[in-house]
Amino acid sequence: MKSATWSIFRRELAGYFATPVAYVFIAIFLILASAMCFYMGGFFERGQADLAAFFAFHPWLYLFLVPAVAMRLWAEERKSGTIELLLTLPVTTWQAVLGKFLAAWAFIGIALLLTFPVWITVNYLGDPDNGAIVAGYIGSLLMAGAFLAIGSCLSAATRNQVIAFILTVVVCFLLLLAGYPLVLDAFSAWAPQAIVDGIASISFLTHFQAISKGVIDLRDLVYFGLMIGAWLYASALVVEMKKAD
Amino acid sequence: MIEIRNLSKRYGNLLAVDDISFRVEPGQVLGFLGPNGAGKSTTMKMVAGFLAPTAGSIKVAGFDVIEQPMEAKRRIGYLPEGAPAYGEMTPRGFLDFVADIRGLDGDVRRKRLDEVVGRLNLQRVLDQSIETLSKGFKRRVGLAQAILHDPQVLILDEPTDGLDPNQKHEVRSLIQDMAKDKIIVISTHILEEVHALCSRAIVIAGGKLLADATPAELERRSRYHGAVSLTTKDTPQVVEALRGLSEVAQVEIDARDGRITAFPRAGVALFPVVSELIRNRNFPVDELAFESGRLDEVFRQITVSAQGERAHA
Repeated sequence: MKSATWSIFRRELAGYFATPVAYVFIAIFLILASAMCFYMGGFFERGQADLAAFFAFHPWLYLFLVPAVAMRLWAEERKSGTIELLLTLPVTTWQAVLGKFLAAWAFIGIALLLTFPVWITVNYLGDPDNGAIVAGYIGSLLMAGAFLAIGSCLSAATRNQVIAFILTVVVCFLLLLAGYPLVLDAFSAWAPQAIVDGIASISFLTHFQAISKGVIDLRDLVYFGLMIGAWLYASALVVEMKKAD
Repeated sequence: MIEIRNLSKRYGNLLAVDDISFRVEPGQVLGFLGPNGAGKSTTMKMVAGFLAPTAGSIKVAGFDVIEQPMEAKRRIGYLPEGAPAYGEMTPRGFLDFVADIRGLDGDVRRKRLDEVVGRLNLQRVLDQSIETLSKGFKRRVGLAQAILHDPQVLILDEPTDGLDPNQKHEVRSLIQDMAKDKIIVISTHILEEVHALCSRAIVIAGGKLLADATPAELERRSRYHGAVSLTTKDTPQVVEALRGLSEVAQVEIDARDGRITAFPRAGVALFPVVSELIRNRNFPVDELAFESGRLDEVFRQITVSAQGERAHA
């Protein structure tokens, strides 16, 4: 049971580094993450020894970079026909979904870890609360995981990677801003208050900001856990449903 | 053993596979024949556990493919149509991955890997990425993957499609070598392959099973079965003489190469009669052949009428 997921995980992760795409992705991620932090975030001007300026831009960075990683997860398997090979090996659909997701998540985790010079910088310049920084990294990784789970599901729904990319960006954008007027206004006019509150509570941004302030609340962890679990479950259903066409 | 009962698959309005039943025993090589879109691949995908049937059941080595998919999949080696593989991987990496998932390890793993690499002559390309390989090598990588765990049941969807004659020959002898104790199901368009490889042939068209017989039995259905064909410089006289024989039902002359074919009346052995005639009359015959039957003709006969029915329905 465990070993099939593990084999798929290893194959997929090695697959990222078999092409230059992985290195290009990591380079772009690192450049954008630091540029946003130092220029747009005003890291130095704030005069505070923390990484709030760094983490604040992660949701927007992930909005485009994570769908780019996720789009090929299933769309490519279907396009090249390898899905038929993979799913006729002694592997359950769930193991395949999980193995692929974990590999993509680990890949983004590696990119995130490589931002460690920012952490060194802030420790060199001042005396930051390193606990809060660890919390920020955890929150950032969880949010990337949630985006990725959404991308996995939408990638399974089409064999066209461009469509998978665009759909994922749109869904992630809506979920990101679910707590903001842009999305809420569309509902507040007609929906009962309970539904509007419900929509507001599924906003990525509110949960992410809560964690990145350094407070790891169980509710936020459960939120991301449920989000990832639900979208992966949906991925498995979509893979089963759509594999024939 | 493969046991298929009342298998159907429906896509929307299209009934791709329509109530098919058959059994295959170990030692048999079953050829799946049929025009494109007949339902061959769909049937194979269901047996391999990729697609779920709309109705009916499939048992492989005693395990129900739907109820116990893992047990069934462990006993099947499957080559999907077009031999898909992960292009960015090398054959070595790809076979290692399949060996991992198949749970092969230790000595068995090494032995099996050596064996399939040797058998399919992959040594030279082991460390080249699969997307850069020729069609023949890609197909061989797909076959290597399918036989790696030495499965009881092999399902090969067009294993020789797109290969050159030498490669076709290699793949066929590989299949023949493995045929003794396994169940092998292959689909093909190439009728000579059925002759060369299969101990049994099933003809499918329009999702229906139209014939299930040995290749020899199928040939016997041909109107050419038992006919005698010959070429001669003295065509008119020979035709005249053949028409005069009471054993001959009909004589045809091929307009292109002038080949004469004499068809026997039902149940008559024509060859000795014709050869005696030629000896007695001293006809200048260049070539004389006994026709065992033409599979392509039988194939057309079976499948075209079925498709006609379907078009009217």
